[in-house]
Amino acid sequence: MTRYAAPGTDGSIVSFQARYDHYIGGEYVAPAKGQYFENPSPVTGQVFCEVARGTAEDVDRAIDAAEGAAPAWGRTSPAERANVLNRVADRMEENLEALAVAETWDNGKAVRETLAADLPLAIDHFRYFAGCVRAQEGGISEIDEGLVAYHYHEPLGVVGQIIPWNFPILMAVWKLAPALAAGNAVVLKPAEQTPASIHVLLSIIGDLLPAGVLNVVNGFGVEAGKPLASSPRIRKIAFTGETTTGRLIMQYASENIIPVTLELGGKSPNVFFDDVAAADDSFYDKALEGFTMFALNQGEVCTCPSRALIQSGIYEKFLGDVTERTRRIVQGHPLDTATTMGAQASNDQLEKILSYIDIGRQEGAKVLTGGERARLDGDLAEGYYVQPTIFEGDNKMRIFQEEIFGPVVSVTRFDDYADAIKIANDTLYGLGAGVWSRDGGVAYRAGREIQAGRVWVNNYHAYPAHAAFGGYKQSGIGRENHRMMLDHYQQTKNLLVSYTDKAQGFF
Amino acid sequence: MGERVSHTPGAAAVLRRLRESHGPLIFHQSGGCCDGSAPMCYPAGEFRTGGQDVLLQELRVEGVGEPIPFWMSRSQYEHWKHTHLTVDVVPGRGSGFSLEAPEGVRFLIRSRLLTDEEMAP
Repeated sequence: MTRYAAPGTDGSIVSFQARYDHYIGGEYVAPAKGQYFENPSPVTGQVFCEVARGTAEDVDRAIDAAEGAAPAWGRTSPAERANVLNRVADRMEENLEALAVAETWDNGKAVRETLAADLPLAIDHFRYFAGCVRAQEGGISEIDEGLVAYHYHEPLGVVGQIIPWNFPILMAVWKLAPALAAGNAVVLKPAEQTPASIHVLLSIIGDLLPAGVLNVVNGFGVEAGKPLASSPRIRKIAFTGETTTGRLIMQYASENIIPVTLELGGKSPNVFFDDVAAADDSFYDKALEGFTMFALNQGEVCTCPSRALIQSGIYEKFLGDVTERTRRIVQGHPLDTATTMGAQASNDQLEKILSYIDIGRQEGAKVLTGGERARLDGDLAEGYYVQPTIFEGDNKMRIFQEEIFGPVVSVTRFDDYADAIKIANDTLYGLGAGVWSRDGGVAYRAGREIQAGRVWVNNYHAYPAHAAFGGYKQSGIGRENHRMMLDHYQQTKNLLVSYTDKAQGFF
Repeated sequence: MGERVSHTPGAAAVLRRLRESHGPLIFHQSGGCCDGSAPMCYPAGEFRTGGQDVLLQELRVEGVGEPIPFWMSRSQYEHWKHTHLTVDVVPGRGSGFSLEAPEGVRFLIRSRLLTDEEMAP
C-alpha cells in the first residue's frame, strides 16, 4: 500500500499553485474584477489555493477567445482533431498518478478510486471520441433519380459547459471529449467546490490544444455560470447538477433558443432477487459488493444505488451479509491507497447528509450501521467525513425519495417481481438502476421495465465510454458517453442537390 | 395550511444582506444530485414558477420588507408534505446559482415531522 504525500509537502508528486486565474485563449488571465475565492481541501478542511472569482466580463472574454478559435478548429480534419485528443490522452496517462493525487486533494475522494477509475476513464474517453469522430460518416440518400440528399455533420460553434464537483476531471472530460472531437470551442465553468484540479490538467495538456479552443472560467454559479448559460453567443449549454438549476438553465436557453443537455441526478434502485443467494459463490460475493457500491465516491454519484430493494426470501441473510461488508469499508487518509472511502466534497454537503440522517431517524427508519459524522485523527480532524450508513425503512420515506448524495443507502424489502418493479419505479427520477439475478429472463425483463436510462444487470457503477448514460423522468435530457454524443454537439447540414435540368413544373 | 416553512436567525441575517444587494427574493427547493435537496435563493423574477409548483410559505423575515415566497415542484412536494422545513445556513461552498454562495455560506433545509394537528387541513 502507498501513502502519497499531500500536494505542496516534501515528496509530493504534484503541487498546486497558490493562485489560479482564468484560462482564456491559451493563457492565464486575471479576473476583470480582481477577486479570488479560497479553496479548501475536503481532506483537511484547510485552504490550499485561491481561485479567480469570475464574472460576466471574464465569461465574455472567454467567449471572445472561443469565437476566435472555433472557425479554424471546426475546419480541421477529423484525423487532426483525433490526433490532438489522442495526444491529450497520452499526456494524461504519463501523468496519471499526479492527476489522481491532485483530484483527491481537491475533491476528497480516495486516491484508490482516482487511480483506478476517474483518471483511466477520462483518458479512455478522449481516445474513444478520437476514434468515433474518425469513424463517423455522413449520409447520402437518393431521393429519386435526379435528386440527392447529402447529410453532413457540422460543429455547433462555441458551447458552454458547467461541470459538477463529484468527479471534477472525469465529468469535465465527459463533456469536453465529444465537444472537441466534433469541432467545437468550449467555455467551461468548473464547480466552485472543486475548481483546482482542472488547472493541474491544463498545465499538463494545455499546449496540445490550439489557443481558445478550451477556455476555463472559474467562479460561482450566480456570478459566472449565469452569464455563460444565458449568453446569446453560445450555441449549446450542457449542465450536470440538480433540478432547480436545471430548470433555470432551460429557462435561459429558451431565451436564446439553444439546445440543452441536463443530467440532474436520481434515486437509483438496486434490486436483489432471491436467487442471488442460491449459492455462496463468487456471484454472491459480487452481489454483496454491488450493494456496497452505494459508498463509491462517498455516495457522491448521480447514480448512487441509494435504494436497495431485497426480496423477502433472502432479506435477513443478505442484509446481514451486506451490513458486515459495509463495516469493512476503510475510512482513513484519502491519499492512502488502503483507504476505501474518502471525504465528502464540502462542509455544506456534509451538513446536508447529516440533516438527512436526522429526518430518516425521525421518520422511523432504523440505522443498521453508521449514522454519524466520522471523526478522523490528526490532520483529518477538520475534514468532511461521514460513516457509511445503512437505513432500513419504507419507500415512502424522504430518505428513499431524495438524493442525499452521501454514503447512505435506504433498504426495503419486496415480495415478488411486480412488487419490485413498482417500488423501483416509484420515484421522480430515472437515471440509474441495478438488477441482480441468476435468471437471465428475470434480469432482462426487470432491466427493461425499470424506467431508467442506465440499468446495470449483475454489475454496478461501470462507466465505459461506449455505453450511453442519461436519465428518464426528472433525471434530465440527453445522454453522455457513446458515439451518439457527437450528435449532441453537431448541427445537421442537409444539401439537397438536383442533378436534372428539368423545371419543377409549378410556375 | 398551517406553517410549513420557517427560518433560523442565521438564515434571516443572510437574507437581509441578500435583500439589500439583490432586491426581493424567492426560494425554490431543489431536488436531484450534487447540490440538490437544497433550497435555491434567487432574485424575484429570475426563476419562473408555474402550475407544476406549489407555494409552501410566504416567509416573513425581520428587516425584509416583503414576504419571501418558498416554492417547490408539485411532484417533489408529494414526498415532502408530511414534513416541516426550516431554512438554515451553514458555512460552505454550495454550487448552483443560489445568491448566497459567493458569501461562503449555503442555505440548508432542516426537517421535522409535522404533528397530527399541523397535518389537519
